Amino acid sequence: MRIIVCAKQVPDTNEVKIDPVKGTLIRDGVPSILNPDDANALEAALQVKDKNPDTVVSVISMGPPQACYMLRECLAMGADDAYLLSSRAFGGADTCATSTTIAAGIRKMGDYDVIFAGRQAIDGDTAQVGPQTARRLGLPVVTYVQKIRELKEGSIVVERQLEDGYEVIECKTPCVLTAVKELNEPRYMTIGGIVEAYEKEITIWNENDVNLDPNDCGLKASPTQVFKSFTPPPKGKGEMLTGTVSEMVNSLVTKLTEKHIL
Amino acid sequence: MAVRIIAEKCKGCQKCLKNCPFDAITMQGKIADIGPACTNCGNCIENCPFDAIEKIDDGNKGVDITLYHDVWVFAEQRDNKLMGVAIELLGEGRRLADEIGCRLCAVLCGDKVDELVAELYEYGADVVYYASAPELKTYNTDAYTKVIYEAIVKYKPEIVLLGATHIGRDLGPCLAVHCGTGLTADCTKLEIDPEDKKLMQTRPAFGGNLMATILCPRHRPQMSTVRPGVMTKPERVSGRRGELVNLDVKFADGDIRMQVLEVVKGLTEQVSLTDAKIIVSGGNGLGKPEGFELIKKLADKLGGVVGASRAAVDNGWIDHSHQVGQTGTTVKPELYIACGISGAIQHLAGMQTSKTIVAINKDENAPIFEVADYGIVGDLYKVIPTLLEVLGE
Amino acid sequence: MILSEKHELIRKLCRDFAEKELTKEILDEVEESGVFPQEILDKMAKAGFYGIKIPKEYGGSGCDTLSYVIMVEEFARVSPVASLYVNSPNSLGGGPLVMSATPEQVEKYLKPSITGEKVLCFGLTEPGAGSDAGGTTTTAVEDGDYYIINGRKTFITLAPLSDYAVIYAKTDKNAKGSRGISAFLVDMHAPGVSCGKPENKMGLIGCATSDIVLEDVRVHKSDMLGEKDRGFINAMKTLDGGRLGVSAQSIGVAQACLEESIKYAKERKQFGKPIAKFQGISFMIADMAAKLAAARELAYNAAVLKDKGDKDASMYCSMAKYFASEVCNEIAGKAVQIHGGYGYIKDYKVERMYRDCRVFTIFEGTSQVQQMVISGNLLK
Repeated sequence: MRIIVCAKQVPDTNEVKIDPVKGTLIRDGVPSILNPDDANALEAALQVKDKNPDTVVSVISMGPPQACYMLRECLAMGADDAYLLSSRAFGGADTCATSTTIAAGIRKMGDYDVIFAGRQAIDGDTAQVGPQTARRLGLPVVTYVQKIRELKEGSIVVERQLEDGYEVIECKTPCVLTAVKELNEPRYMTIGGIVEAYEKEITIWNENDVNLDPNDCGLKASPTQVFKSFTPPPKGKGEMLTGTVSEMVNSLVTKLTEKHIL
Repeated sequence: MAVRIIAEKCKGCQKCLKNCPFDAITMQGKIADIGPACTNCGNCIENCPFDAIEKIDDGNKGVDITLYHDVWVFAEQRDNKLMGVAIELLGEGRRLADEIGCRLCAVLCGDKVDELVAELYEYGADVVYYASAPELKTYNTDAYTKVIYEAIVKYKPEIVLLGATHIGRDLGPCLAVHCGTGLTADCTKLEIDPEDKKLMQTRPAFGGNLMATILCPRHRPQMSTVRPGVMTKPERVSGRRGELVNLDVKFADGDIRMQVLEVVKGLTEQVSLTDAKIIVSGGNGLGKPEGFELIKKLADKLGGVVGASRAAVDNGWIDHSHQVGQTGTTVKPELYIACGISGAIQHLAGMQTSKTIVAINKDENAPIFEVADYGIVGDLYKVIPTLLEVLGE
Repeated sequence: MILSEKHELIRKLCRDFAEKELTKEILDEVEESGVFPQEILDKMAKAGFYGIKIPKEYGGSGCDTLSYVIMVEEFARVSPVASLYVNSPNSLGGGPLVMSATPEQVEKYLKPSITGEKVLCFGLTEPGAGSDAGGTTTTAVEDGDYYIINGRKTFITLAPLSDYAVIYAKTDKNAKGSRGISAFLVDMHAPGVSCGKPENKMGLIGCATSDIVLEDVRVHKSDMLGEKDRGFINAMKTLDGGRLGVSAQSIGVAQACLEESIKYAKERKQFGKPIAKFQGISFMIADMAAKLAAARELAYNAAVLKDKGDKDASMYCSMAKYFASEVCNEIAGKAVQIHGGYGYIKDYKVERMYRDCRVFTIFEGTSQVQQMVISGNLLK
């Protein structure tokens, strides 16, 4: 069996701060990490490998050459091989163009039984690339997978998370599954795994390697464009409410309702 | 549009390197260089002191956008009931349709949910595209994608809005790929450009640290998923009527490759302090252990959990597991209500990054007010009951 | 020192592991009960920490000494006592075996200590012989295929938790000083072996230290480690590595103290502004950071020299241990000072760090012994 895992290197957005004076992002010292949901996707694949040791787990990513570091981390967790789609032509891709590129990479990688991806990346939070890649490969997709019940011959039974519960879905394989954090607890790398990860080669492909026309990738193939971006207005100084108790409480409830907190 | 460095103007100050949220800019010799990680967010353009960065046309082809009309809303239903966000979208869609000067349409999929058609008219839909089949009873990625994609191809809407629910965020990407168009996820604000009537979609990105306004200039439909609870529900106008268009529903073998075996509902788990969206905390100012009963009432009312200051825990009024602060749990909820907590540094360290902080305290000089968004000086035994009363309405 | 990507990844693993597993609640519990959770020890073994520096052919990962230093540093940054556990099999526990073990001894003792199935401790120090190993009075007397060992070892880290101990004993009574000492692998459950009461220590609580008492303990000749009468060299080489471990612990603790101090100084307000705005505090922090950086460079450099087989490596290990442990105590002291009254309270991390690091200038050769080693090298 072969499982492909889609992974992305992302800035740890939890570490990002906003300069309170200038209103700009402070990203000094913000580490780049393996996207958390993708770690769950990889763990799911590795758990299959734990049970069936002849399973091959391959990781694919798109990004700058520095993303190799994240791929080494995947190898150190136990993946067998890793592929990086990296080219200037891929730059500026929205989810639509990204999924085209990743699908081309996966086609080039050859046969597979299941593809795992994280539900969404913490830098974009779109949750789109997983299902879009599936569609481009002509595969069925189940998103928000919180549990894998059974991997059968020709199909897989999973739980798909909903806001108020979950559905049990049986899906034909090959298929794409996107993982949420409830799916599992990603394992640690091991020291031995790190040593081996640096003994392996990471395959790096550009658009020619995966038979893509440069016009079909990156910015040129992205329907959406960022018109502008801005930091949310900084938190102003707090407001002391005045009046009688009843007036203060009513004013508070109105304000919280306006801000959609209540 | 692509972002480009104007080599003659770049002074090599490296300011853009630091400002780039995506680490996409590097120095090539003495001038900055935009790498493939660039998402065209434009943050660098605004922050360049020398106007040395610009947006340029990238020769991106598109479709004939004049063929596309109307605003569509995906009328998500579960168990034959419309989701709240679908109604919110009808409200927002109405506004957008009026600004553009086009019709507002709803797309409804289900199995004999005819009564929802009338409801959609009453919430403002001029047209309802309705697909009814046993395969559409509960959401199914393959089935819904096929039916709605075919409708989009046939009727060519210029805007398609979906709720950013677990279902909308599954369906949206699949539809967008088939239509060859863009999709903007989890929008919190939609506007129509008054000049060219294009949809301006604003969404938080980068963990909420950055807001981005996205356009889909040359492809149609313009598609967004919209965060539930952000848009306002419209008034229901009883008796309002519209036009019904029945959609063809035909499935061939192999069209539907997944099957929902079972739907399991409502498993509300005990929310921990770390995951809580709303926390109501009590401190020394409660004066007695029974004070936490009041705190609990408020927390329950708001669907939140109970927190406590170290002083309250040390007094033995509540278990340590509720303690927020340096020596307790660090929290970051949407709403933090501090009741009778003065705001010792070790407490502030554990909660000051909460989205919105409300402080209720007798002492107007209490340090908690320095971090609070809203402060109420008063007796919590008067304020909280009043608050419960108002919320109870 | 600019580290390689591989070293950075090792640091990331160790930091992730330590921060995630060794939560405040667990560490408080360890402090309270004096017991370190077996579950975490099992996870440490599984992640390969116990064999980071042990060669691959002996079941380890075969990483360089610098990787080992980074690992110990990262654990000490979160929990000094936890760092003892990851350190031991690579250092005092496994070190003597890597140097001298027979293939049978590797299988029986070394490999199980890397997988965490067995625990090894290092028994050199005696009530009357600390760094002056030449004063060893424990004896091993030949008796057919066996040696009969008698004596007492003291301050043995992990002794009550160990399955085996490396015991150094005089095999040649007539030899003077450090000569005539041999090393033995002693089963801690063998007849005649007992542990003293665990010491009631100031810090590093959660890793028991006690005496080992040996009364007519019979050890088979096949369990002699290395050559007869040449055990002292083995002990000294092990201690070189051990010193690097302590310097790594020192920079880890110092790093934690610096981080805590910076965080606190920015949060704590007095006279209407954060105390970080007062020069008295900010200069202390500058001083701490500069000394830590110097100690770290010294330790990393010593690790690289050791792997290169540099002739001065041993002296550099002593310099690193001496300097890093002294500086660590200074930094921890300042961290408590910056925290004011809160620093004196057990709820704050620096209080425990301050107690834990006190022994760093003492164990595995006091600062004064390190000074003797350094000056001895320079003045020979």
